[in-house]
Amino acid sequence: MTYIVKPKFHHPSLPKNALGYTHRDYEGAISTLCAGCGHDSISGAIITACFELAIAPHRVAKLSGIGCSSKTPTYFLGQSHGFNSVHGRMPSVLTGANLANRDLIYLGVSGDGDSASIGLGQFAHALRRGIDMVYIVENNGVYGLTKGQFSATADRGSKSKRGVVNTDSSIDLVAMALQLGATFVARSFSGDKAQLVPLIKAAIEHKGAAFIDVISPCVAFNNHAGSTRSFDYVREHNIAVNKLDFLTGRDPITVDYAPGSLEIVEQHDGSRIALRKLAPNYDPHDRLRAMNYLQESAAAGEIVTGLLYVEDEADDLHENLNTVATPLNALGEKELCPGSAALDKINAGLR
Amino acid sequence: MKLTDIAAPDYFHKVVDCQWACPAHTPVPEYIRLIAAQRYGDAYLINWKSNVFPGILGRTCDRPCEPACRRGRVEKEPVAICRLKRVAADYKEDIRDRLPAPALEGNGKRIAFVGGGPASLTVARDLAPLGYACTVFDADPKAGGMMRSQIPKFRLPDSVIDEECGYVLDLGVTFVGGRRIESMKALIDEGYDAIFVGSGAPRGRDLDIPGRKETAANVHVGIDWLSSVSFGHITEIGKRVIVLGGGNTAMDCCRTARRLGGEDVKVVVRSGFEEMKASPWEKEDAMHEDIPILNFLVPKSFTHENGKLTGVVFEKVKAVRDEKGRRNLVPTGEPDQHIPCDDVLVAVGQENAFPWIERDLGIEFDRWNMPIVDKTTLASTRPGVFFGGDAAFGPKNIIWAVAHGHDAAISIDKYCSGEDIADRPPPGVTLASQKMGIHEWSYDNDIAPDLRYRVPLRDKVIALRDIKTEVELGYDDALAFKEAQRCLNCDVQTVFTGSACIECDACVDICPMDCITFTENGEESELRGRLKAPANNLSQDLYVADNLKTGRVMVKDEDVCLHCGLCAERCPTGAWDMQKFYLEMSHAGRSCHSRA
Repeated sequence: MTYIVKPKFHHPSLPKNALGYTHRDYEGAISTLCAGCGHDSISGAIITACFELAIAPHRVAKLSGIGCSSKTPTYFLGQSHGFNSVHGRMPSVLTGANLANRDLIYLGVSGDGDSASIGLGQFAHALRRGIDMVYIVENNGVYGLTKGQFSATADRGSKSKRGVVNTDSSIDLVAMALQLGATFVARSFSGDKAQLVPLIKAAIEHKGAAFIDVISPCVAFNNHAGSTRSFDYVREHNIAVNKLDFLTGRDPITVDYAPGSLEIVEQHDGSRIALRKLAPNYDPHDRLRAMNYLQESAAAGEIVTGLLYVEDEADDLHENLNTVATPLNALGEKELCPGSAALDKINAGLR
Repeated sequence: MKLTDIAAPDYFHKVVDCQWACPAHTPVPEYIRLIAAQRYGDAYLINWKSNVFPGILGRTCDRPCEPACRRGRVEKEPVAICRLKRVAADYKEDIRDRLPAPALEGNGKRIAFVGGGPASLTVARDLAPLGYACTVFDADPKAGGMMRSQIPKFRLPDSVIDEECGYVLDLGVTFVGGRRIESMKALIDEGYDAIFVGSGAPRGRDLDIPGRKETAANVHVGIDWLSSVSFGHITEIGKRVIVLGGGNTAMDCCRTARRLGGEDVKVVVRSGFEEMKASPWEKEDAMHEDIPILNFLVPKSFTHENGKLTGVVFEKVKAVRDEKGRRNLVPTGEPDQHIPCDDVLVAVGQENAFPWIERDLGIEFDRWNMPIVDKTTLASTRPGVFFGGDAAFGPKNIIWAVAHGHDAAISIDKYCSGEDIADRPPPGVTLASQKMGIHEWSYDNDIAPDLRYRVPLRDKVIALRDIKTEVELGYDDALAFKEAQRCLNCDVQTVFTGSACIECDACVDICPMDCITFTENGEESELRGRLKAPANNLSQDLYVADNLKTGRVMVKDEDVCLHCGLCAERCPTGAWDMQKFYLEMSHAGRSCHSRA
C-alpha cells in the first residue's frame, strides 16, 4: 500500500475541459488496493470519461457494495456524492437515491462477488426496472479480499493460483443483463482504456439501465497461467465486435472510415456513438442475436468485448412510474405534503 | 524513435538537471539529502571533492544549477541549491582529518602556477596529494585571487576564504605571495615540468568619453576600486555615486559604495533592466539596499568644474529591433539627462591581458589576443603550458574556473606521466536500487509542496554600517531542512524493465505528472505530440523502452518527473524501480591513468 499522498503538482500543460478542470480534479484518494490491480485502471478510465464529458463532479453519485471493487469509489471523483452500502445491496440504495433525486448521474460500482453472488437478486431487479444508471462490475473472477477463492463468474475449468480446478458453472453477467432487459450492455477489459473510456462515456449519456462488465485481472490471486482472467489470457482471447468513438452533440465526425463500416448511434440527449464494426454481421441492436453470438463465442473460448447491445430509445424507471419531473429534494413542503384534503381525495379514489 | 540506452552515463546525468548544468558536475541531490539528514560534514566533503570551495561558492556562485533545477518547471522557483551549499559549509563539524594528507614523498615533478585564484588552487588541490611540488605565484599577499580581491567582504568574509584556501595550501602547496610573474620566458627557464596559468581577467574596461581625463580623480575602474577597497587602501567615497554597468561587478560596486559613505548611489545601464548581465538575485540585493537601477541611458560625457567631477550626461535610448530581429539601442530624441554626482565607478566589463607572455615561446594567441587553448585539455599550443579560469576563455565565474582546474590537473598529470592528454578518463557512475521494503525507499519520496524559503538577511541599518558585516545570515538548520525537502531527488532514477511489465497501466494512472505513456513507437517529433501529456520541452529526453508483450513501447517524458517513485510503488512486478544514479567526475590521480 502506498502511504504518501499523491503530489498535487501536475503537468504544466495539462488540458482543461469546458468546466476548467484538469483530469487531476476528478481523482480521489490514493488507492489502497494491491499495486497493479485492474480496478485501479477502471478508476482511471472513469476519471478520464468524466473529465472528457466535463461532468461537474457534484452532479455524480457513486454507490458501491462490499469488496475490492466497492472500495474503488474512494479513489475517483473525490468531489462527488458517495454511498458505500451493505454487501450486495448497492442496487436498492441506488434505486432509492435515483427515485428521490433524478437529476444526479448514478454510477454503481460493484464486483463479481457483490453482484453475482450475494447481490445477484438485487443486480437482476435493478436492471429489470431500467433505472437510469451506469452499473459497472469490476469482474476478476476471484474473491481477492479473502485470498483467492473462485467467485461465481470464474470459468468452469479455470485454475486457481493454488492449482485447484473450478468445477462450478460460471455466471455470465453480460448474458444475464441482456436477458433481463438492460438497454445498454457492454464488456471491456481494464487493460484497454482506448475501448473502456468511450464505453463509459456512452453509458453515462445513455438514458436507462447501462451495464458494463469490465474484466479486471486480480494481480495478487488471478493473474497466473491457467486463469481465464489474467492479463495474458484476456489479451489473447479478446474479440472486440466493434470499436467506438464517443461524440458529444455538436462535434463533427472527422475520422475517415471505410464506407459501410461506420454506424452512428444517436442517443436521446443528442450525443452520438460512432461504432466501427470489427466483427462482420454483428448488430448491436438485436438483443436475441447478441445473446446467441455471446454464447457461441463463449463456447469457442473467446471473450467478446465492445458495445454488445444498445436500445436507442430506451425508457427508464421514472417514465414507467410516471413520477414527477422535479427531483423530490427540489419540491417544497406544500408539494411533498399536500395535506389531509389531498389524502382524503386519494383515499376516496381507492374505495 | 530509437530505444534509450540507459547504460550511457549521459542519459541519466542529463535527468539530474542541476548536476548536468554545473560545470564541475557536483552531485547536488546527494548532498542536499545529507543536509536534510543534518550530515553537514558529509555534505561538505561531497562538495569539496567536486568544487573545492563550498563555503565560497555557497555565497557567491553564479549557480547555473538553479535555472536548470526541475523544481522551477514544476512550481515557481528552483531549490535554493547555492545557499544550501553554504549551510553545509557553515554547520559542518571539523572535517580536516578527512581531507587528503600531503604526499609522504614527492614524485619529483614541479608545477608552477601563475595566479592564486580558484583555477590554480583547484589544480594544486588535485595534484599536490599525488606528490607534485606545486608552487603558486600571486601578486597579492594572500591566496584567493579575485575571490579575495573583487568580491566584497559583506558577501564573502575573509574567514571563509582563509579556511578554504588554507585546506588547499595545507596539502603541501607552496604559496609565493607578492610576486607578480612578469615574464613567462623567465618562468619557463626555471625548469618546471608544467606551468598552469590561472591569472584571471585582471583588467577592467575603461570608458573613454569626454571629460574622462579631467575627472580622473573621481572616476574609478570598478574591479581595481573593489580590489583597493578589499585590501583597505580605499575607505571612503563621495555621497553621490553613479555606477556605470549592469553586470555583477556593478552590483558589488554599488553595494560597496553604500557602505563607504555613498548615500545616493545609482546604477545606470545602457540597455533595459531585463537585459542586464547581473544575476537577478544580485540586482534584487542591490535594490534592497535602496539603490535604484536606471536603464536605457548611454553615458555621453563626464561634466566637471574646476577640475572636479560634477556629474555624467546621458543620452536617452530605446531598444528597436531591426529587420533581422536584432536589438539595437537608438536615441529617443529626448533631451540628454545630466545626473550630478561626486564619484563614478566604471564597471562595463573586464578583459584579459597577457603582456607578460612573450610571443616567441610557442604559445599562440588569436586575433583578440587570447591564448589558443584546447577546450577539453586546457592545453596551450606549447606542450606543458596550460590555462584555466578566466585566463583561458575570458571572464566567466568561479565554478567554471574550478571545472577548468580539474580538467587541467588531469592533463598535467597525464603530461607529466608521458600519457596522451587527449585520452580523458570517463566519469565514475553507479546505479543502485533504493528499495528498502514494500513501498519503502532509502530516500524521502513524499513531495513537499513548500515554496522557496528566503534566506534571512541582517537588518539593513546594521548591514550598511560596516563593510565587513556579512549581509546574508544563511539558513538556520530548520529552514535548511525545509528548503532541502523541496529537492525532488532527480538523481533517483525511474528505471524500467520491459520484460517484467504486464501492461496493467498502474504507473500511467498513478503518475501525478502524466509522464508515462504506453503506445506504438513513432518518430520522435510525432511521438512527443501524442503522449498522455505533450512533451514540449525538447531539451528533456524521452525514455523509450521495449520488450512489452503487446509490442508497444513505454515512453516516459523526463521533463517534469517528480521522482516520487509512485510508478514503482504501484508496479506489481517491479518493472519500475527507483535507482540512485551517482556520477562523480574523475579527477587527476591513479584512476585517470590509462590501464594499459
